[in-house]
Amino acid sequence: MQYLKDRGFVHPHASEITPRSVYEGRRALLRQMAAGAAGVALAGWAARDALAQVQRSAKLMALAGSRSAVAGALTIEKPTAYADATSYNNFYEFGTSKSDPAATAGSLKPRPWTVAVEGEVRKPKVFDLDELLGIAPMEDRSYRLRCVEGWSMVIPWVGWSLAELIRRVEPTGNAKYVEFVSLADRAQMPGLRSGVLDWPYVEGLRLDEAMHPLTLLAFGLYGEVLPNQNGAPLRLVVPWKYGFKSAKSIVKIRFVEREPRTAWVKAAAQEYGFYSNVNPNVDHPRWSQATERRIGEDGLFQKKRPTLMFNGYGPQVGQLYAGMDLKKYF
Amino acid sequence: MARSPLLHPAAKPLLFAACLLPCVWLFYAAAADQLGANPAEALIRSSGDWTLRLLCLTLAVTPLRVLANQPALARFRRMLGLFTFFYATLHFLAYAWLDMGFDAAVIARDIPKRPFALVGFLALLLMLPLAATSFNRAIRALGAARWQALHRAVYAIAVLAILHFFWMRAGKHDFAEVAVYAAIVAALLAWRALRLKRLRQAGQPAPARAAAR
Repeated sequence: MQYLKDRGFVHPHASEITPRSVYEGRRALLRQMAAGAAGVALAGWAARDALAQVQRSAKLMALAGSRSAVAGALTIEKPTAYADATSYNNFYEFGTSKSDPAATAGSLKPRPWTVAVEGEVRKPKVFDLDELLGIAPMEDRSYRLRCVEGWSMVIPWVGWSLAELIRRVEPTGNAKYVEFVSLADRAQMPGLRSGVLDWPYVEGLRLDEAMHPLTLLAFGLYGEVLPNQNGAPLRLVVPWKYGFKSAKSIVKIRFVEREPRTAWVKAAAQEYGFYSNVNPNVDHPRWSQATERRIGEDGLFQKKRPTLMFNGYGPQVGQLYAGMDLKKYF
Repeated sequence: MARSPLLHPAAKPLLFAACLLPCVWLFYAAAADQLGANPAEALIRSSGDWTLRLLCLTLAVTPLRVLANQPALARFRRMLGLFTFFYATLHFLAYAWLDMGFDAAVIARDIPKRPFALVGFLALLLMLPLAATSFNRAIRALGAARWQALHRAVYAIAVLAILHFFWMRAGKHDFAEVAVYAAIVAALLAWRALRLKRLRQAGQPAPARAAAR
């Protein structure tokens, strides 16, 4: 008998087949138990389990979110350890080594902070960080993060859909793309002295991508405000694209008619496309994108796990690219 | 004149231990989970870094020996060269095992597909005959002149190694470290070229390196 044969019903993740109420119910139960509702004797055990889901540092200001109702926003995969997610970062403004940002980003001042929203919008505005924090209710979103370098993490972000902001500034008919500009201040960012990229860091999305509910403007992770090395005080998170598309420490959001020239396209257009959707079938010229190593999960000698089309978010975002040749628009 | 400390009987064992230290540290750190969030990447990159460092040291022996007038330095060249090969092998094994899961078919597809991997692999292949003919009997069997000609392949290896590193870092547009290694290798090779030119002008034959051992 063939038990393992794929009959076209193989789902990438349990979260996409288990009814939401079932797996959400478990955490709710744990939370109730932790609160003591299920008896004092069990509370300690439950509190430990509930806490283990998202282990925060307790060093930064707490930032609470409610459970996101957006489809696909909460993977049930185990979150990456806080220590790994905050010590292994690509943030070239603080140096090109992945240990640099955690070591040198202390010089970044995430407050006061403003974000200029401008370009093809009816209501351009310079937002203060405090105003942005209150624009929409904070949501918990647990996303897979796939780096173009072939490793991945699972990060519990806190933030709200970028669409909330976009609706408020009312894009005009000319707005086809959204450009994100990161801070470029030599006094705060030692990495700017190197000419690795053409500063400031610029990223971009098509307007419909930016409007997708999964596209997140994140202010926190692991129940706290963003650590500097992760892009404080606010950053983009686009979970179906390679990590570099998710611009950090954003100071400007521009609505434009033409496809923005992003920092990585300027640096090496043949290696980093504007779309940069996670795609196991399109190799980076220097390495295969078919597999990935999950940080902190996969053992040293374990085979790498297969990378999923659109990082597993195909059911939610696939229709954005209907009819597009994703080998050409990589 | 006092005997050079380079001729001390402990000099070679000391150098041997020193060259082994990075490897010992890497194995220890891997076992003790000291390699950060991505130990596989750290192992592959560090073994590559140490290959380059030892390659530079190997190529530095002859210029240092001549410039500092320390003929005894030549005693260490073979060991440094063999350690270069040792770390290059570790580097390849780390890639083959940790990145490719020791799947020969996958490796055979991966290497020719990526120019940077291909030149790195070529450099390793070129090292094989040099490592295999590194003992005294091989020198005698080949004859000093032929042995020397063969071992000039190290210059090609150095160029390929820099190209490998350059192409790898080109993916991230990050050339700061590459520039340092390239400058060192370029200086060491330029010194040899200039010396050869000067000796030729003076009507002398090319320096017999094997004979000077």
